[in-house]
Amino acid sequence: MTQPQSVGVVTAQKAVFDQPISLACGTTLPRYELVYETYGQLNADKSNAILICHALSGNHHVAGKYAETDKATGWWDNMIGPGKPIDTNRFFVIGLNNLGGCHGSTGPSSIDPETGKPYGSRFPLVLVRDWVETQARLADSLGIDRFAAIIGGSLGGMQALRWTISHPQRVRHALVIASAPKLTAQNIAFNDVARQAILTDPEFHGGDYYEHGTVPRRGLRLARMLGHITYLSDDGMGEKFGRLLRSGEYKYGFDVEFEIESYLRYQGDKFSTLFDANTYLLMTKALDYFDPSRDYEGDLSKALAQTAAKFLVVSFTTDWRFSPSRSREIVKALLDARKDVSYAEIESQHGHDAFLMEDPAYHGVMRAYLNRIAEEIAR
Amino acid sequence: MSALRADLQYIADWIKPASRVLDLGCGDGDLLASLREEKAVTGYGVEIDVDKVVTCVGKGINVIQSDLESGLATFESGSFDYVVLSLTIQAMHNIEGILAEMLRVGRTGIVTFPNFGYWENRWQLLLGRMPVSETIPYEWYNTPNIHFCTLADFDQLLGKLGMQIEDQQVLHQGEKVEFLPNLLGSLAMVRFGRI
Repeated sequence: MTQPQSVGVVTAQKAVFDQPISLACGTTLPRYELVYETYGQLNADKSNAILICHALSGNHHVAGKYAETDKATGWWDNMIGPGKPIDTNRFFVIGLNNLGGCHGSTGPSSIDPETGKPYGSRFPLVLVRDWVETQARLADSLGIDRFAAIIGGSLGGMQALRWTISHPQRVRHALVIASAPKLTAQNIAFNDVARQAILTDPEFHGGDYYEHGTVPRRGLRLARMLGHITYLSDDGMGEKFGRLLRSGEYKYGFDVEFEIESYLRYQGDKFSTLFDANTYLLMTKALDYFDPSRDYEGDLSKALAQTAAKFLVVSFTTDWRFSPSRSREIVKALLDARKDVSYAEIESQHGHDAFLMEDPAYHGVMRAYLNRIAEEIAR
Repeated sequence: MSALRADLQYIADWIKPASRVLDLGCGDGDLLASLREEKAVTGYGVEIDVDKVVTCVGKGINVIQSDLESGLATFESGSFDYVVLSLTIQAMHNIEGILAEMLRVGRTGIVTFPNFGYWENRWQLLLGRMPVSETIPYEWYNTPNIHFCTLADFDQLLGKLGMQIEDQQVLHQGEKVEFLPNLLGSLAMVRFGRI
Protein backbone atom coordinates (compact mmCIF):
# COMPACT_ATOMS: atom_id res chain seq x y z
CA MET A 1 0.00 0.00 0.00
CA THR A 2 1.24 3.47 -0.80
CA GLN A 3 2.03 5.79 2.07
CA PRO A 4 -0.91 8.07 2.93
CA GLN A 5 -0.36 11.60 1.72
CA SER A 6 -1.87 15.04 2.06
CA VAL A 7 -4.19 16.43 -0.59
CA GLY A 8 -1.65 19.28 -0.69
CA VAL A 9 -2.49 22.91 -1.31
CA VAL A 10 -6.19 23.54 -1.80
CA THR A 11 -8.31 26.54 -2.74
CA ALA A 12 -11.80 27.33 -1.55
CA GLN A 13 -14.52 28.00 -4.11
CA LYS A 14 -17.79 29.84 -3.86
CA ALA A 15 -21.18 28.91 -5.25
CA VAL A 16 -23.88 31.58 -5.54
CA PHE A 17 -27.53 30.58 -5.36
CA ASP A 18 -30.09 33.08 -6.66
CA GLN A 19 -33.04 30.77 -6.29
CA PRO A 20 -34.72 31.66 -2.97
CA ILE A 21 -34.82 28.99 -0.28
CA SER A 22 -37.69 28.67 2.17
CA LEU A 23 -36.38 27.57 5.51
CA ALA A 24 -38.10 25.33 8.04
CA CYS A 25 -38.56 28.30 10.39
CA GLY A 26 -40.80 29.99 7.79
CA THR A 27 -38.33 32.60 6.54
CA THR A 28 -37.19 32.77 2.92
CA LEU A 29 -33.65 33.71 2.01
CA PRO A 30 -33.73 35.22 -1.48
CA ARG A 31 -30.07 34.58 -2.17
CA TYR A 32 -27.10 32.93 -0.49
CA GLU A 33 -23.57 31.77 -1.07
CA LEU A 34 -21.78 28.62 0.01
CA VAL A 35 -18.02 28.20 0.16
CA TYR A 36 -16.66 24.74 -0.46
CA GLU A 37 -13.53 22.81 -1.28
CA THR A 38 -13.09 19.68 -3.33
CA TYR A 39 -10.37 17.04 -3.31
CA GLY A 40 -9.77 14.31 -5.90
CA GLN A 41 -11.41 13.96 -9.30
CA LEU A 42 -15.06 13.50 -10.13
CA ASN A 43 -15.26 10.43 -12.37
CA ALA A 44 -17.00 10.36 -15.77
CA ASP A 45 -20.34 9.05 -14.52
CA LYS A 46 -20.15 11.28 -11.44
CA SER A 47 -20.63 8.33 -9.11
CA ASN A 48 -17.63 8.78 -6.81
CA ALA A 49 -18.64 11.94 -4.93
CA ILE A 50 -18.51 12.06 -1.15
CA LEU A 51 -19.97 14.90 0.87
CA ILE A 52 -18.41 15.73 4.23
CA CYS A 53 -20.81 17.46 6.63
CA HIS A 54 -19.21 19.47 9.38
CA ALA A 55 -20.02 19.65 13.07
CA LEU A 56 -20.73 22.66 15.28
CA SER A 57 -17.49 24.56 14.79
CA GLY A 58 -16.32 23.01 11.53
CA ASN A 59 -16.10 24.47 8.06
CA HIS A 60 -15.31 23.72 4.44
CA HIS A 61 -11.57 23.41 4.99
CA VAL A 62 -11.60 19.68 5.64
CA ALA A 63 -8.23 18.60 4.25
CA GLY A 64 -4.96 20.01 2.95
CA LYS A 65 -3.44 23.44 3.43
CA TYR A 66 -3.90 26.83 1.86
CA ALA A 67 -0.17 27.31 1.40
CA GLU A 68 2.76 24.91 1.47
CA THR A 69 4.13 26.81 4.47
CA ASP A 70 0.88 26.62 6.50
CA LYS A 71 1.18 24.73 9.75
CA ALA A 72 -2.53 24.10 10.13
CA THR A 73 -4.35 21.59 7.96
CA GLY A 74 -8.05 21.05 7.35
CA TRP A 75 -9.98 19.66 10.33
CA TRP A 76 -10.19 16.07 9.05
CA ASP A 77 -6.86 15.88 7.29
CA ASN A 78 -5.98 12.56 8.98
CA MET A 79 -9.03 10.94 7.34
CA ILE A 80 -8.97 12.43 3.84
CA GLY A 81 -6.21 12.30 1.26
CA PRO A 82 -4.42 10.01 -1.17
CA GLY A 83 -4.11 6.61 0.52
CA LYS A 84 -6.10 7.72 3.59
CA PRO A 85 -9.38 6.04 4.63
CA ILE A 86 -11.37 8.52 2.52
CA ASP A 87 -9.01 8.06 -0.40
CA THR A 88 -8.93 11.01 -2.80
CA ASN A 89 -7.32 8.77 -5.43
CA ARG A 90 -10.68 7.06 -5.64
CA PHE A 91 -13.22 9.58 -4.45
CA PHE A 92 -14.21 13.15 -5.23
CA VAL A 93 -14.63 14.70 -1.80
CA ILE A 94 -16.59 17.88 -1.09
CA GLY A 95 -16.41 19.91 2.09
CA LEU A 96 -18.60 22.95 2.53
CA ASN A 97 -19.34 25.60 5.09
CA ASN A 98 -22.98 25.37 6.02
CA LEU A 99 -25.50 28.15 5.58
CA GLY A 100 -25.34 30.31 8.70
CA GLY A 101 -21.64 29.62 9.10
CA CYS A 102 -18.91 32.15 9.63
CA HIS A 103 -16.20 30.96 7.26
CA GLY A 104 -17.43 32.43 3.99
CA SER A 105 -20.90 31.00 3.46
CA THR A 106 -23.84 33.33 3.98
CA GLY A 107 -24.42 33.70 7.69
CA PRO A 108 -25.26 36.19 10.41
CA SER A 109 -22.01 38.11 9.87
CA SER A 110 -22.61 38.45 6.09
CA ILE A 111 -23.97 41.65 4.60
CA ASP A 112 -27.73 41.63 4.15
CA PRO A 113 -28.27 43.03 0.63
CA GLU A 114 -31.54 44.59 1.79
CA THR A 115 -29.94 46.78 4.42
CA GLY A 116 -26.30 46.87 3.40
CA LYS A 117 -25.43 45.87 7.00
CA PRO A 118 -24.56 42.50 8.53
CA TYR A 119 -27.63 40.32 9.11
CA GLY A 120 -26.98 39.93 12.82
CA SER A 121 -30.23 39.29 14.66
CA ARG A 122 -32.14 39.27 11.36
CA PHE A 123 -30.49 36.07 10.19
CA PRO A 124 -33.01 33.23 10.43
CA LEU A 125 -32.47 30.03 12.41
CA VAL A 126 -31.42 27.23 10.10
CA LEU A 127 -32.25 23.59 10.69
CA VAL A 128 -30.40 20.45 9.67
CA ARG A 129 -33.01 19.81 6.98
CA ASP A 130 -32.34 23.28 5.55
CA TRP A 131 -28.65 22.50 5.32
CA VAL A 132 -29.48 19.31 3.49
CA GLU A 133 -31.50 21.32 0.94
CA THR A 134 -28.66 23.77 0.38
CA GLN A 135 -26.19 20.89 0.09
CA ALA A 136 -28.48 19.22 -2.45
CA ARG A 137 -28.46 22.43 -4.50
CA LEU A 138 -24.68 22.53 -4.33
CA ALA A 139 -24.66 18.92 -5.57
CA ASP A 140 -27.01 19.93 -8.41
CA SER A 141 -24.65 22.72 -9.42
CA LEU A 142 -21.78 20.22 -9.55
CA GLY A 143 -23.86 17.75 -11.59
CA ILE A 144 -23.92 15.16 -8.80
CA ASP A 145 -27.13 13.22 -8.80
CA ARG A 146 -26.26 10.63 -6.19
CA PHE A 147 -23.50 10.64 -3.60
CA ALA A 148 -21.38 7.54 -3.13
CA ALA A 149 -21.38 8.51 0.53
CA ILE A 150 -22.35 11.30 2.87
CA ILE A 151 -20.19 11.37 5.96
CA GLY A 152 -20.33 13.37 9.14
CA GLY A 153 -19.47 13.30 12.83
CA SER A 154 -21.64 14.73 15.60
CA LEU A 155 -23.89 17.43 14.07
CA GLY A 156 -22.41 16.32 10.73
CA GLY A 157 -23.75 12.81 11.32
CA MET A 158 -27.20 14.29 11.82
CA GLN A 159 -26.95 15.85 8.36
CA ALA A 160 -25.93 12.51 6.84
CA LEU A 161 -28.91 10.86 8.55
CA ARG A 162 -31.27 13.63 7.41
CA TRP A 163 -30.05 13.26 3.82
CA THR A 164 -31.15 9.63 3.72
CA ILE A 165 -34.66 10.69 4.76
CA SER A 166 -35.00 13.88 2.68
CA HIS A 167 -33.36 12.51 -0.47
CA PRO A 168 -33.38 8.72 -0.18
CA GLN A 169 -32.35 8.16 -3.78
CA ARG A 170 -29.41 10.52 -3.69
CA VAL A 171 -27.32 8.70 -1.07
CA ARG A 172 -25.72 5.29 -1.53
CA HIS A 173 -24.10 5.19 1.89
CA ALA A 174 -24.41 7.28 5.02
CA LEU A 175 -21.60 7.23 7.59
CA VAL A 176 -22.99 8.55 10.85
CA ILE A 177 -20.23 9.01 13.41
CA ALA A 178 -20.46 9.95 17.10
CA SER A 179 -23.95 11.25 16.51
CA ALA A 180 -27.48 10.88 17.88
CA PRO A 181 -31.01 10.64 16.49
CA LYS A 182 -31.94 13.65 18.63
CA LEU A 183 -30.48 15.41 21.64
CA THR A 184 -31.39 14.49 25.19
CA ALA A 185 -32.59 17.06 27.71
CA GLN A 186 -29.11 17.06 29.27
CA ASN A 187 -27.53 17.78 25.92
CA ILE A 188 -29.94 20.64 25.19
CA ALA A 189 -29.20 21.94 28.67
CA PHE A 190 -25.49 22.15 27.92
CA ASN A 191 -26.29 24.02 24.72
CA ASP A 192 -28.50 26.46 26.55
CA VAL A 193 -25.87 27.29 29.14
CA ALA A 194 -23.49 27.98 26.25
CA ARG A 195 -26.09 30.19 24.61
CA GLN A 196 -26.83 32.02 27.83
CA ALA A 197 -23.15 32.86 28.16
CA ILE A 198 -23.32 34.58 24.77
CA LEU A 199 -26.79 36.10 25.07
CA THR A 200 -25.99 37.74 28.43
CA ASP A 201 -22.64 39.14 27.33
CA PRO A 202 -23.08 42.95 27.37
CA GLU A 203 -21.22 43.13 24.08
CA PHE A 204 -23.83 40.93 22.38
CA HIS A 205 -26.35 43.74 21.69
CA GLY A 206 -29.15 41.37 20.78
CA GLY A 207 -27.02 39.82 18.06
CA ASP A 208 -26.25 43.13 16.31
CA TYR A 209 -22.80 43.60 17.79
CA TYR A 210 -21.27 44.09 14.35
CA GLU A 211 -22.79 47.59 14.10
CA HIS A 212 -21.72 48.37 17.66
CA GLY A 213 -18.16 47.47 16.79
CA THR A 214 -18.08 44.94 19.63
CA VAL A 215 -17.64 41.19 19.90
CA PRO A 216 -19.26 39.11 22.68
CA ARG A 217 -15.94 37.43 23.19
CA ARG A 218 -16.41 36.62 26.87
CA GLY A 219 -19.65 34.78 26.19
CA LEU A 220 -18.26 32.87 23.26
CA ARG A 221 -15.19 31.97 25.27
CA LEU A 222 -17.29 30.56 28.12
CA ALA A 223 -19.52 28.72 25.68
CA ARG A 224 -16.49 27.08 24.13
CA MET A 225 -14.93 26.20 27.47
CA LEU A 226 -18.11 24.48 28.57
CA GLY A 227 -18.44 22.71 25.24
CA HIS A 228 -14.86 21.59 25.37
CA ILE A 229 -15.33 19.92 28.75
CA THR A 230 -18.17 17.87 27.31
CA TYR A 231 -16.11 16.82 24.29
CA LEU A 232 -13.44 15.20 26.46
CA SER A 233 -13.78 12.21 28.73
CA ASP A 234 -13.13 12.34 32.45
CA ASP A 235 -10.44 9.69 32.01
CA GLY A 236 -8.85 11.42 29.05
CA MET A 237 -8.79 14.75 30.88
CA GLY A 238 -7.42 13.09 34.00
CA GLU A 239 -4.69 11.38 32.05
CA LYS A 240 -3.69 14.52 30.17
CA PHE A 241 -3.91 17.09 32.98
CA GLY A 242 -4.65 15.36 36.26
CA ARG A 243 -4.22 17.90 39.05
CA LEU A 244 -1.04 19.27 37.56
CA LEU A 245 -0.23 22.78 38.76
CA ARG A 246 1.46 25.25 36.45
CA SER A 247 3.85 26.50 39.09
CA GLY A 248 3.94 23.36 41.19
CA GLU A 249 2.23 24.90 44.23
CA TYR A 250 -1.04 26.49 45.35
CA LYS A 251 -1.23 30.26 44.85
CA TYR A 252 -4.49 30.82 46.76
CA GLY A 253 -6.08 32.98 44.07
CA PHE A 254 -8.21 32.88 40.95
CA ASP A 255 -5.51 33.07 38.32
CA VAL A 256 -4.64 30.03 36.28
CA GLU A 257 -3.27 27.39 38.63
CA PHE A 258 -4.23 23.98 37.34
CA GLU A 259 -3.11 22.92 33.88
CA ILE A 260 -6.70 22.12 32.92
CA GLU A 261 -7.65 25.75 33.59
CA SER A 262 -4.85 26.93 31.39
CA TYR A 263 -5.85 24.56 28.64
CA LEU A 264 -9.53 25.51 28.69
CA ARG A 265 -8.82 29.24 28.83
CA TYR A 266 -6.44 28.90 25.91
CA GLN A 267 -9.02 26.96 23.89
CA GLY A 268 -11.72 29.49 24.78
CA ASP A 269 -9.55 32.48 23.91
CA LYS A 270 -8.47 31.03 20.60
CA PHE A 271 -12.00 30.10 19.61
CA SER A 272 -13.46 33.48 20.57
CA THR A 273 -11.23 35.26 18.07
CA LEU A 274 -11.98 32.81 15.24
CA PHE A 275 -15.67 32.11 15.49
CA ASP A 276 -18.83 34.17 15.25
CA ALA A 277 -21.12 34.16 18.28
CA ASN A 278 -24.33 34.28 16.21
CA THR A 279 -23.18 31.28 14.23
CA TYR A 280 -22.48 29.46 17.48
CA LEU A 281 -26.03 30.20 18.65
CA LEU A 282 -27.47 29.06 15.33
CA MET A 283 -25.49 25.81 15.26
CA THR A 284 -26.51 24.86 18.80
CA LYS A 285 -30.17 25.50 17.96
CA ALA A 286 -29.86 23.32 14.86
CA LEU A 287 -28.58 20.58 17.17
CA ASP A 288 -31.44 21.06 19.62
CA TYR A 289 -34.17 21.05 16.97
CA PHE A 290 -32.88 17.98 15.15
CA ASP A 291 -35.36 15.12 15.45
CA PRO A 292 -36.24 13.41 12.17
CA SER A 293 -38.71 11.15 13.99
CA ARG A 294 -40.88 14.17 14.80
CA ASP A 295 -42.75 13.91 11.50
CA TYR A 296 -43.25 10.18 12.05
CA GLU A 297 -45.01 9.96 15.42
CA GLY A 298 -41.66 9.85 17.17
CA ASP A 299 -40.72 6.62 15.41
CA LEU A 300 -37.25 6.86 13.88
CA SER A 301 -37.57 3.53 12.07
CA LYS A 302 -40.64 4.90 10.29
CA ALA A 303 -38.66 7.99 9.35
CA LEU A 304 -36.00 5.72 7.87
CA ALA A 305 -38.42 3.37 6.12
CA GLN A 306 -38.05 5.10 2.74
CA THR A 307 -34.28 5.39 2.79
CA ALA A 308 -32.35 3.48 0.15
CA ALA A 309 -28.97 4.09 1.74
CA LYS A 310 -26.70 1.65 3.52
CA PHE A 311 -25.28 2.76 6.83
CA LEU A 312 -22.16 2.68 8.88
CA VAL A 313 -22.70 3.93 12.41
CA VAL A 314 -19.67 4.52 14.65
CA SER A 315 -19.45 5.56 18.29
CA PHE A 316 -16.68 5.87 20.87
CA THR A 317 -16.72 4.25 24.29
CA THR A 318 -15.86 7.33 26.37
CA ASP A 319 -18.03 9.78 24.41
CA TRP A 320 -20.67 10.90 26.88
CA ARG A 321 -21.93 13.93 24.93
CA PHE A 322 -22.99 11.61 22.06
CA SER A 323 -22.73 8.29 23.83
CA PRO A 324 -22.68 4.84 22.22
CA SER A 325 -26.22 4.21 23.46
CA ARG A 326 -27.43 7.08 21.26
CA SER A 327 -25.73 5.55 18.23
CA ARG A 328 -27.30 2.21 19.12
CA GLU A 329 -30.71 3.92 18.92
CA ILE A 330 -29.93 4.77 15.31
CA VAL A 331 -28.75 1.20 14.69
CA LYS A 332 -31.88 -0.23 16.26
CA ALA A 333 -34.14 1.99 14.16
CA LEU A 334 -32.29 0.89 11.02
CA LEU A 335 -32.52 -2.78 12.01
CA ASP A 336 -36.22 -2.41 12.75
CA ALA A 337 -36.65 -0.82 9.32
CA ARG A 338 -34.65 -3.76 7.88
CA LYS A 339 -31.94 -1.57 6.40
CA ASP A 340 -28.33 -2.50 5.77
CA VAL A 341 -26.28 -1.27 8.69
CA SER A 342 -22.95 -1.95 10.32
CA TYR A 343 -21.99 -0.59 13.70
CA ALA A 344 -18.62 -0.16 15.36
CA GLU A 345 -18.12 0.93 18.97
CA ILE A 346 -14.52 2.06 19.14
CA GLU A 347 -12.49 1.90 22.36
CA SER A 348 -11.12 5.37 22.91
CA GLN A 349 -9.94 7.67 25.67
CA HIS A 350 -10.81 10.81 23.77
CA GLY A 351 -14.51 11.27 24.44
CA HIS A 352 -16.55 12.98 21.74
CA ASP A 353 -13.39 14.41 20.15
CA ALA A 354 -12.37 10.83 19.25
CA PHE A 355 -14.16 11.14 15.93
CA LEU A 356 -11.50 13.64 14.83
CA MET A 357 -8.55 11.61 16.08
CA GLU A 358 -6.38 9.09 14.35
CA ASP A 359 -7.02 5.64 15.74
CA PRO A 360 -6.09 2.30 14.11
CA ALA A 361 -9.40 0.55 14.83
CA TYR A 362 -11.54 3.57 13.87
CA HIS A 363 -9.59 4.26 10.72
CA GLY A 364 -9.56 0.52 9.97
CA VAL A 365 -13.36 0.40 10.01
CA MET A 366 -13.61 3.56 7.90
CA ARG A 367 -11.04 2.31 5.40
CA ALA A 368 -12.72 -1.09 5.06
CA TYR A 369 -16.15 0.47 4.58
CA LEU A 370 -14.96 3.04 2.04
CA ASN A 371 -13.01 0.37 0.21
CA ARG A 372 -16.22 -1.53 -0.21
CA ILE A 373 -17.98 1.60 -1.53
CA ALA A 374 -15.18 2.14 -4.05
CA GLU A 375 -15.55 -1.47 -5.25
CA GLU A 376 -19.31 -1.09 -5.43
CA ILE A 377 -19.25 2.00 -7.63
CA ALA A 378 -16.55 0.50 -9.87
CA ARG A 379 -18.83 -2.44 -10.63
CA MET B 1 -14.32 -17.62 -2.62
CA SER B 2 -12.46 -20.25 -0.63
CA ALA B 3 -14.39 -23.26 0.67
CA LEU B 4 -16.33 -22.75 3.85
CA ARG B 5 -15.09 -24.48 7.01
CA ALA B 6 -16.83 -27.84 7.25
CA ASP B 7 -18.98 -27.04 10.30
CA LEU B 8 -20.07 -23.72 8.77
CA GLN B 9 -20.98 -25.54 5.56
CA TYR B 10 -23.25 -27.88 7.52
CA ILE B 11 -24.90 -24.84 9.13
CA ALA B 12 -25.34 -23.29 5.68
CA ASP B 13 -26.99 -26.50 4.49
CA TRP B 14 -29.66 -26.07 7.16
CA ILE B 15 -30.54 -22.55 6.03
CA LYS B 16 -33.22 -22.00 3.41
CA PRO B 17 -32.56 -19.58 0.53
CA ALA B 18 -33.67 -15.94 0.81
CA SER B 19 -34.13 -16.17 4.57
CA ARG B 20 -33.02 -13.66 7.23
CA VAL B 21 -30.10 -14.81 9.34
CA LEU B 22 -28.51 -13.40 12.48
CA ASP B 23 -25.04 -14.82 13.13
CA LEU B 24 -23.96 -14.31 16.75
CA GLY B 25 -20.20 -14.21 17.16
CA CYS B 26 -19.87 -14.06 13.38
CA GLY B 27 -16.06 -13.82 13.42
CA ASP B 28 -14.67 -12.97 9.99
CA GLY B 29 -18.14 -13.18 8.44
CA ASP B 30 -17.41 -16.25 6.30
CA LEU B 31 -20.77 -17.91 6.93
CA LEU B 32 -22.75 -14.77 6.11
CA ALA B 33 -20.64 -14.01 3.04
CA SER B 34 -21.24 -17.53 1.75
CA LEU B 35 -24.96 -17.43 2.52
CA ARG B 36 -25.24 -14.09 0.72
CA GLU B 37 -23.51 -15.45 -2.40
CA GLU B 38 -25.01 -18.93 -2.49
CA LYS B 39 -28.47 -18.46 -1.02
CA ALA B 40 -29.34 -14.76 -1.36
CA VAL B 41 -29.72 -14.58 2.40
CA THR B 42 -30.12 -11.24 4.19
CA GLY B 43 -27.78 -11.41 7.12
CA TYR B 44 -26.40 -9.51 10.06
CA GLY B 45 -23.50 -10.54 12.22
CA VAL B 46 -22.80 -9.69 15.83
CA GLU B 47 -19.16 -9.56 16.86
CA ILE B 48 -17.30 -8.10 19.82
CA ASP B 49 -13.77 -8.06 18.40
CA VAL B 50 -13.10 -4.86 16.45
CA ASP B 51 -10.54 -6.46 14.12
CA LYS B 52 -13.13 -9.02 13.07
CA VAL B 53 -15.67 -6.21 12.67
CA VAL B 54 -13.23 -4.53 10.28
CA THR B 55 -12.87 -7.80 8.33
CA CYS B 56 -16.66 -8.18 8.07
CA VAL B 57 -17.10 -4.56 6.98
CA GLY B 58 -14.48 -5.14 4.30
CA LYS B 59 -16.50 -8.10 3.01
CA GLY B 60 -19.63 -5.98 2.83
CA ILE B 61 -21.27 -7.93 5.64
CA ASN B 62 -23.67 -6.11 7.94
CA VAL B 63 -22.02 -6.41 11.33
CA ILE B 64 -23.00 -4.97 14.68
CA GLN B 65 -20.23 -4.64 17.25
CA SER B 66 -21.74 -5.78 20.51
CA ASP B 67 -21.24 -8.05 23.51
CA LEU B 68 -23.57 -11.04 23.35
CA GLU B 69 -23.60 -11.21 27.14
CA SER B 70 -25.61 -7.98 27.16
CA GLY B 71 -28.37 -9.67 25.16
CA LEU B 72 -29.95 -8.96 21.81
CA ALA B 73 -32.04 -5.92 22.78
CA THR B 74 -31.08 -4.19 19.51
CA PHE B 75 -33.01 -6.82 17.59
CA GLU B 76 -36.77 -6.87 17.29
CA SER B 77 -38.70 -9.99 18.28
CA GLY B 78 -39.36 -12.39 15.43
CA SER B 79 -37.20 -10.46 12.97
CA PHE B 80 -35.06 -13.40 11.82
CA ASP B 81 -35.68 -16.85 10.36
CA TYR B 82 -32.47 -18.25 11.83
CA VAL B 83 -30.21 -17.21 14.68
CA VAL B 84 -26.82 -18.91 14.63
CA LEU B 85 -24.42 -19.24 17.57
CA SER B 86 -21.40 -21.14 16.40
CA LEU B 87 -18.62 -22.32 18.74
CA THR B 88 -19.33 -19.49 21.16
CA ILE B 89 -21.84 -20.76 23.71
CA GLN B 90 -19.18 -22.62 25.71
CA ALA B 91 -17.49 -19.29 26.47
CA MET B 92 -20.67 -17.46 27.56
CA HIS B 93 -21.90 -16.76 31.09
CA ASN B 94 -25.64 -16.65 30.63
CA ILE B 95 -26.48 -19.69 28.52
CA GLU B 96 -30.18 -19.84 29.30
CA GLY B 97 -30.46 -16.11 28.60
CA ILE B 98 -28.86 -16.28 25.18
CA LEU B 99 -30.88 -19.34 24.12
CA ALA B 100 -34.10 -17.57 25.11
CA GLU B 101 -32.99 -14.44 23.26
CA MET B 102 -32.19 -16.49 20.16
CA LEU B 103 -35.72 -17.80 19.95
CA ARG B 104 -37.16 -14.38 20.79
CA VAL B 105 -35.57 -12.68 17.78
CA GLY B 106 -35.63 -15.73 15.51
CA ARG B 107 -37.82 -18.68 14.62
CA THR B 108 -35.05 -21.27 14.51
CA GLY B 109 -31.86 -21.46 16.54
CA ILE B 110 -28.66 -23.15 15.45
CA VAL B 111 -25.97 -23.79 18.05
CA THR B 112 -22.65 -25.54 17.57
CA PHE B 113 -20.27 -26.44 20.40
CA PRO B 114 -17.37 -28.75 21.25
CA ASN B 115 -18.89 -31.99 22.47
CA PHE B 116 -17.37 -32.69 25.86
CA GLY B 117 -18.70 -36.24 25.57
CA TYR B 118 -16.28 -37.00 22.73
CA TRP B 119 -14.37 -40.16 23.66
CA GLU B 120 -10.94 -38.52 23.63
CA ASN B 121 -12.12 -35.95 26.17
CA ARG B 122 -13.57 -38.72 28.32
CA TRP B 123 -10.34 -40.68 28.00
CA GLN B 124 -8.13 -37.79 29.04
CA LEU B 125 -10.37 -37.16 32.07
CA LEU B 126 -10.16 -40.84 32.92
CA LEU B 127 -6.37 -40.48 32.89
CA GLY B 128 -6.80 -37.64 35.34
CA ARG B 129 -6.17 -34.65 33.07
CA MET B 130 -8.40 -31.93 31.65
CA PRO B 131 -8.97 -32.63 27.97
CA VAL B 132 -7.05 -30.75 25.30
CA SER B 133 -8.14 -31.64 21.79
CA GLU B 134 -8.80 -30.28 18.33
CA THR B 135 -12.13 -28.67 19.32
CA ILE B 136 -10.91 -27.77 22.85
CA PRO B 137 -7.41 -26.54 22.11
CA TYR B 138 -6.80 -24.70 25.42
CA GLU B 139 -5.17 -25.62 28.70
CA TRP B 140 -7.44 -25.39 31.75
CA TYR B 141 -5.68 -22.23 32.97
CA ASN B 142 -5.96 -20.20 29.76
CA THR B 143 -9.22 -21.37 28.29
CA PRO B 144 -11.96 -18.87 27.47
CA ASN B 145 -14.41 -21.75 27.76
CA ILE B 146 -16.41 -21.83 30.98
CA HIS B 147 -19.47 -23.95 30.16
CA PHE B 148 -18.70 -27.34 28.73
CA CYS B 149 -21.47 -29.79 28.00
CA THR B 150 -22.12 -32.98 26.10
CA LEU B 151 -24.64 -33.36 23.35
CA ALA B 152 -26.94 -35.12 25.82
CA ASP B 153 -26.61 -32.25 28.34
CA PHE B 154 -27.49 -29.66 25.74
CA ASP B 155 -30.53 -31.58 24.57
CA GLN B 156 -31.73 -31.79 28.15
CA LEU B 157 -31.35 -28.02 28.65
CA LEU B 158 -33.39 -27.28 25.54
CA GLY B 159 -36.17 -29.45 26.95
CA LYS B 160 -36.05 -27.58 30.24
CA LEU B 161 -36.35 -24.26 28.39
CA GLY B 162 -39.38 -25.38 26.41
CA MET B 163 -37.46 -25.74 23.21
CA GLN B 164 -37.18 -28.73 20.96
CA ILE B 165 -34.58 -30.17 18.67
CA GLU B 166 -35.45 -30.05 15.00
CA ASP B 167 -32.27 -31.70 13.83
CA GLN B 168 -28.81 -32.44 15.12
CA GLN B 169 -25.54 -33.36 13.59
CA VAL B 170 -22.26 -34.48 15.04
CA LEU B 171 -18.95 -34.02 13.28
CA HIS B 172 -15.41 -35.13 13.72
CA GLN B 173 -12.70 -33.46 11.65
CA GLY B 174 -15.37 -32.07 9.37
CA GLU B 175 -17.01 -35.47 8.70
CA LYS B 176 -20.47 -36.49 9.85
CA VAL B 177 -20.57 -39.06 12.65
CA GLU B 178 -23.67 -41.27 12.53
CA PHE B 179 -22.72 -44.02 15.00
CA LEU B 180 -22.63 -43.21 18.77
CA PRO B 181 -22.59 -39.45 18.08
CA ASN B 182 -22.16 -38.35 21.72
CA LEU B 183 -19.08 -40.54 21.98
CA LEU B 184 -17.50 -40.32 18.55
CA GLY B 185 -18.28 -36.72 17.58
CA SER B 186 -16.05 -33.87 18.73
CA LEU B 187 -18.28 -31.08 17.43
CA ALA B 188 -22.02 -30.94 18.01
CA MET B 189 -24.56 -29.01 15.96
CA VAL B 190 -28.15 -28.54 17.07
CA ARG B 191 -31.03 -26.90 15.24
CA PHE B 192 -33.94 -26.10 17.50
CA GLY B 193 -37.18 -24.17 17.83
CA ARG B 194 -40.07 -23.60 20.18
CA ILE B 195 -42.25 -26.56 21.09
